[in-house]
Amino acid sequence: MSAIAAAGRSRRRAELPVPAILIAASVTGFTVTALATGQSAQLSADGVIAVLERVVALGLVALGQTFVILARSIDLSVANLVSVGAVMASWLMQGDPAMMLPAVAAVLAISAVVGAINGLLVTRFEINPLIATLGVGLVLQGLLSASFQNFAGAVPESFQVLAYGQVGPVPYPVIGLFVLAGCAAFVLRSTRFGAHLYATGGNPDGARLAGIRTHRVTLAAHVICSLAAGLTGLYLASRLRSGAPWVGRDGIYDLESIAVVVIGGTILAGGRGGVWGTLAGVILFGALDAAFTMIGIDAFVKQVLRGGIVIAAVAAYAYRTKGHVA
Amino acid sequence: MRIGVMIGTAAVLAVAAGGAAQAQSFDDPKEFEAQRALMSAKAEGPADKPWEQHYGSQMVDTAKYKKPGPYKLCFSNAGVGNPWRVVGFTTMQAEVDLHKADIASFTVADAEGKDDKQISDIKAMLASGKCDALIVSPNTTAALTPAVEEACKQVPVIVFDRGVLTNCPVTVVKPIGGYAFGIAAAEYIAANVPKGGKVLALRILPGVDVLENRWAAAKRIFDEKGIQVVGVEFTDGDRAKTKSIVEDTLTRVGKLDAVWMDAGATSVAAIEAFEDQGMDVPIVTGEDQQDFLQKWKQSGMKAVAPTYPTYQWRTAVIAALRVLKGEKVPGPAWSLPQPTITAETLDKYVNDKMPPLHYAMCGCEGMPDYPQRWIGK
Amino acid sequence: MIETTEPRPRTTPRVVPSPLRRLAAIRPAYWVLIALLVAIAATSPAFLEPQGYMNFLRRAAPLVILAAGQLFVIVAGGFDLSVGSLITLVVMASSLLIQGDPAQTWWVIALVYGIGLAVGLFNGLVVSWLKVPSIITTLGMLLALKGIALAWSGGSPQGYLPDNFRDFGRLTWRGLPGIDLLPLAVVVMVAAVALLWWLMHGTVLGRLLLAVGDNPRAAELAGARVRLVRTIAFVVSALSAVTAGILLGGFAGVSTNVGDGYELQAIAAIVIGGAQLLGGRGTVPGAVAGALSLSALFTLLNLIGLPKPLRDAAQGLILIVAVGWSVRRRRRGGA
Repeated sequence: MSAIAAAGRSRRRAELPVPAILIAASVTGFTVTALATGQSAQLSADGVIAVLERVVALGLVALGQTFVILARSIDLSVANLVSVGAVMASWLMQGDPAMMLPAVAAVLAISAVVGAINGLLVTRFEINPLIATLGVGLVLQGLLSASFQNFAGAVPESFQVLAYGQVGPVPYPVIGLFVLAGCAAFVLRSTRFGAHLYATGGNPDGARLAGIRTHRVTLAAHVICSLAAGLTGLYLASRLRSGAPWVGRDGIYDLESIAVVVIGGTILAGGRGGVWGTLAGVILFGALDAAFTMIGIDAFVKQVLRGGIVIAAVAAYAYRTKGHVA
Repeated sequence: MRIGVMIGTAAVLAVAAGGAAQAQSFDDPKEFEAQRALMSAKAEGPADKPWEQHYGSQMVDTAKYKKPGPYKLCFSNAGVGNPWRVVGFTTMQAEVDLHKADIASFTVADAEGKDDKQISDIKAMLASGKCDALIVSPNTTAALTPAVEEACKQVPVIVFDRGVLTNCPVTVVKPIGGYAFGIAAAEYIAANVPKGGKVLALRILPGVDVLENRWAAAKRIFDEKGIQVVGVEFTDGDRAKTKSIVEDTLTRVGKLDAVWMDAGATSVAAIEAFEDQGMDVPIVTGEDQQDFLQKWKQSGMKAVAPTYPTYQWRTAVIAALRVLKGEKVPGPAWSLPQPTITAETLDKYVNDKMPPLHYAMCGCEGMPDYPQRWIGK
Repeated sequence: MIETTEPRPRTTPRVVPSPLRRLAAIRPAYWVLIALLVAIAATSPAFLEPQGYMNFLRRAAPLVILAAGQLFVIVAGGFDLSVGSLITLVVMASSLLIQGDPAQTWWVIALVYGIGLAVGLFNGLVVSWLKVPSIITTLGMLLALKGIALAWSGGSPQGYLPDNFRDFGRLTWRGLPGIDLLPLAVVVMVAAVALLWWLMHGTVLGRLLLAVGDNPRAAELAGARVRLVRTIAFVVSALSAVTAGILLGGFAGVSTNVGDGYELQAIAAIVIGGAQLLGGRGTVPGAVAGALSLSALFTLLNLIGLPKPLRDAAQGLILIVAVGWSVRRRRRGGA
């Protein structure tokens, strides 16, 4: 796929309001199912908030993944980084409220370092991002299992407020997710970094010729992605009361975050898409999951449907792509 | 250069941290002795229905939970991600069918192996108002504790398979425990292998409480009896890996007297590793899966099968119903018998009409739709 | 998708390279493999006996076939993440349909190849005609195929695999002159690799794949039927996965997690073998060397007795180093 073909493709494709379509699909599917199965209780504010609450973790990771995919890269180490964040947070805090802030700072610092490593491997060493981040993820997993075998330490009560606190009926994590999405959208749309990110992903050669330091932009995207993963680890540590080495892998955050970002309209070739699409994709997943639970579909069939939805949701607008796709 | 420094720093931090990291100890000598004692104790209750038996006479008064039937039961399942859980859940559903008259609805939430999801599931089930009692099989002990504590405030909660770090549930149903499982297998090996004999220990993965207890118990016994452990390897529960590891170990040490395993799902793979090399099969420990029992019977090898009975899934439903009827239940811990299948009792359990990963200790022989519901012939 | 733009290859004057330079130009995959094999032999001399290396090849066979098949998709510029789940489906379906009766084995094997063909066609069609990127398509299939395997069987294997099926993974002929033992799995592996080698390097298909992977638009203008070629690549990958699944099921028996993780291992093997992700470069011998290297690494770590967590870390580091080395070689203008 040469850069010229990609640029041409983005010019010719009409702008599809993917986020709006996904939200519409989610709302319709959820409502219809709730009414059809006689569980209209789910249509209340509480029901909707419950759906949103389930997708906070995936949503946070996906926000970060959006930046990386916009830069025409990818990050497969997020699942293990989430585990690292959760474990380090609870181990450093050891139930002591005074250690909360240092622990949070340490987790974010480690995440940033991992992101920088990913970024350097991809930019300076030109290793394919799939392999580079896969390798880093494996190293993280190994180091983590070597040091921590079970839930390590504990999170103090005051930190649990992060996951369990509410403003009225709305839990903090849901508010946090939307606030962060808003910040991300602002960065992407209204800052120079955002513009540079789109340029780097959409047409790296052109961006470089225009004077953009594409390596720096990609590195920054990777750091942002890893920070998001670290933040998710902190959230999970707060919710599960401590962190275990398997929380990241259990959630399949790596592949699902990529799926959700692409469903949301951010194309893998980089340069197009945004965070609202990602958020809409996450909400679609959550709403459909809730609908399947209402119908009473068993876990195995749900997995088949989930796979089908990933393909169908992307096929729904991808077929309009001119040119070849690998 | 910079990368090397960064990776190195991260590695040093992690490893240094690891030294001080152990939070929960999996090697508790008191619990070890307690479980060992229970292995030879006599259980109260009907001898032909081990899922209704219990050790000790401690009961919990449940009069305050008494309600008129039929009841709406809710079940938060950690998942059906392995055959043990599949057999258990099938058995539980059969138990629910047995009590059709008493149960108005049986709502199940499958957490697909995720703590995060199970916490949300419990919250959602309670919010729906369709639960007179809540049965929980927690995905992990610590993470589910806050959710269970919240649930206790609304309905009676019965926990089984794994415990939680709170005393609020009405009762916690479990067989004797992980130490007992490890002891059964290790003691058989120690009794049948010469002193200084070589044992390979195969474990699924580190950090899972029940499995850690099994190994801790076995290690203690091997140390006591002077059995030489030539390797402790992790198989990820994968048959191909298990077989490869056994083959490589044989290359490394030449001969093995026994293979100790912390679960039986891949025992047959370990046995086949010997067969494929044309060697005699030594002692290999397993569990109550049919493929292991059948292999044991056909080959005439020496083996033992400790169990972690799936009939506890029946007990959970029975306990919930008793609680709602105001009848006393064993509690706060309901310890079920944990039989070990030996060469003498093998014939009772082996059944080649059942699928390979069917767990013989399910207590399902007399239940509705047996054997079709369990995919038997 | 992710593209790293290549610097222009330097045009150097024609000079006969020194022997050292020539050695360095050989694919790193072979060096890695030789190093690992030497290390294994040093740790355990029994490896040099037929018993040792034939067992190693028997165990490595599924991954070798899988990697050689997936190579076709990678060279054409895509990814096939569904192969691991396809292996699981093949093994579970076989056990369910054969139910331990040896007479059923052959038609069931034909059926599972049919399933593989269908999966490959589906992947190819969705990627080529519906324009869904292969990473997404095959990710969806990874989830769906595993779900089908579990839903069909109810979450637990429903039948036994009879001996004639298991023979593919377990049967070993002994007492042969010279090599002393020969596992059936090794014969299957050699046959499969030979077939794939011929397809890739002896027919026009291979050249078409490289062209399509390098620059699909140019290939199309030159008359290649890009969509058909891509679909064939996915079919080859899926059929290789079915073969690998039969060998794995034969070797290890039936379980619900038999194929887990193999897709990423296959990609790692191909990459260690020098192929370029996103297309345009790769060879079957390279993929085979990469797969053997990964298996050798696993064996070596078993023999040394390195604790499991460090094995994951070692795998990750080797992956990064091997790929980094390949990239440096290419930047210097090597093949």
